[in-house]
Amino acid sequence: MSEENKWKYAFFLGCVAPNRYPMIETSIRAVFDHLGAEILELEGASCCPAPGVFRAFHIPTWLVIAARNITIAEELGVDIITGCNGCYGTLRDAWFELEHEPELKKMVNEHLAKVGREYKGLIEPKHIVQVFYQDMGLDYLRGFVKHKFKDLKVAVHYGCHIIKPSDKRPWGGESEDPTFLDELVEITGAKSINYEDKLQCCGAGGAVRTAVKEVAADFSREKLENIRDVGADIIIDCCPFCHLQLDLGQMEANTYYKDMIGEPYKIPVIYITQLLGLAFGIDPNLLGLIKNHDLKGVPPFIPIEPFLEKVKSQLT
Amino acid sequence: MSENVDKYIKRNVYKSTSSAIAQKFVDAGLEKLRACINCGTCTGSCPSGRRTAIRTRSVLRRALIGDESVLEDIDIWLCSTCYTCYERCPRDIPVTDMIIKLRNIAVEEGHILDNHFVLANKIFYETGHGVPANGEANQKWRDLRVSYGLPPLPPTVHTHPEAVKECQELMKSVGFRDLMDNVEKIKEKEKAEAEKAEAEKNKVEEK
Repeated sequence: MSEENKWKYAFFLGCVAPNRYPMIETSIRAVFDHLGAEILELEGASCCPAPGVFRAFHIPTWLVIAARNITIAEELGVDIITGCNGCYGTLRDAWFELEHEPELKKMVNEHLAKVGREYKGLIEPKHIVQVFYQDMGLDYLRGFVKHKFKDLKVAVHYGCHIIKPSDKRPWGGESEDPTFLDELVEITGAKSINYEDKLQCCGAGGAVRTAVKEVAADFSREKLENIRDVGADIIIDCCPFCHLQLDLGQMEANTYYKDMIGEPYKIPVIYITQLLGLAFGIDPNLLGLIKNHDLKGVPPFIPIEPFLEKVKSQLT
Repeated sequence: MSENVDKYIKRNVYKSTSSAIAQKFVDAGLEKLRACINCGTCTGSCPSGRRTAIRTRSVLRRALIGDESVLEDIDIWLCSTCYTCYERCPRDIPVTDMIIKLRNIAVEEGHILDNHFVLANKIFYETGHGVPANGEANQKWRDLRVSYGLPPLPPTVHTHPEAVKECQELMKSVGFRDLMDNVEKIKEKEKAEAEKAEAEKNKVEEK
């Protein structure tokens, strides 16, 4: 890649970040800008489409619509990035299949031709965490850290599709004990603490949340119990759908499983670029950390003020 | 003859794994399912099975021997597709992909939950997003975006009506529209039959 195209990416937004958790979108934009990476818009992109639902309804539709989204980035000539594990799962799996199975690529292109598009296979779908860890590298990011958090205990939640299926992911086949997200968190001085069944799913994916919300909330309940047991101050994630499930789902777990959990859970859920941005000295307003409205029934559902209060004195 | 022979031996056993469902797996390139040794690693690894009735090994076994009731079972929709079974299967069977394919087969037969159907047939087809922010009901989400310094709608299909049409054209071309229309017909028929049965039941009770 030429120097000119260094760290230039097409930003695939997906659905949950732009349409329900815009603080995530705004923090990704702020951090990329701060790190000297350029973000191009994917004009007219659609839902990825979501792997647990639309792929589960009709695999060919999933593949064709995913391929369409990739062709928009191909026109821009840069890699496509996403901050969502679900979108990453779709874009990366679809890309992997299209790169390895010529018959599928032919089928997809027959449909795309009808709308004047062609999947060529020129670019790679990446997760923003992959960009931080592999394209930029932790040493580069360390150079931007202005404030180091002290005594901040973080429960890292990877989510599933950033790691698995591991044969289609860039982490060398590791699926049981990844460390890349913990390492990223720890450049800020925060401590990633271990907890039981750390890689357990949040419960939202695979159409489960839409099918039976109580089941998704029970996944979260178990996860939150393990996180509370080790005394974590916050949860850090890298997926808006996990984020929704651990934030809104935390409220739901508090309601549905009131009798099981004792005290209601109130663990702030922070997206990875919100944490990184604070450590880099970016204005918290640009990271979606400061509420600036009086809307009702919108996130964050679990107040994040205890977190901001805890780190406030360390940000000067 | 000992009555125990009838009781314990002459059971209805499945002799064949060449069911219609198994054939659909083979057609989809998923013939690896036949390598399953029923070890149960998938079931033991499943975070959904800890709290719900889904037993992955059983689901796949039922699919393989052609027990079509598995398609109507809500269990197959309680897999969160976390891929732990896929990673741990000692026979390298892409277990999670099998479940996804099984759901495809179920949807073909009209077995899809109402919530999922509305999501596919209405929300996704009409807006191009699975979770949209357009329309009157979603005003607060646009306001929320603005409060964080973003435009009310993202630069996606939401601000490109021609892109929504393009997605719909693709969905028609690849068979999604027909699939959804067919599911709707099956669902309407089932609803009518259920109502009829209910009415007859009430009639009998009145007598």
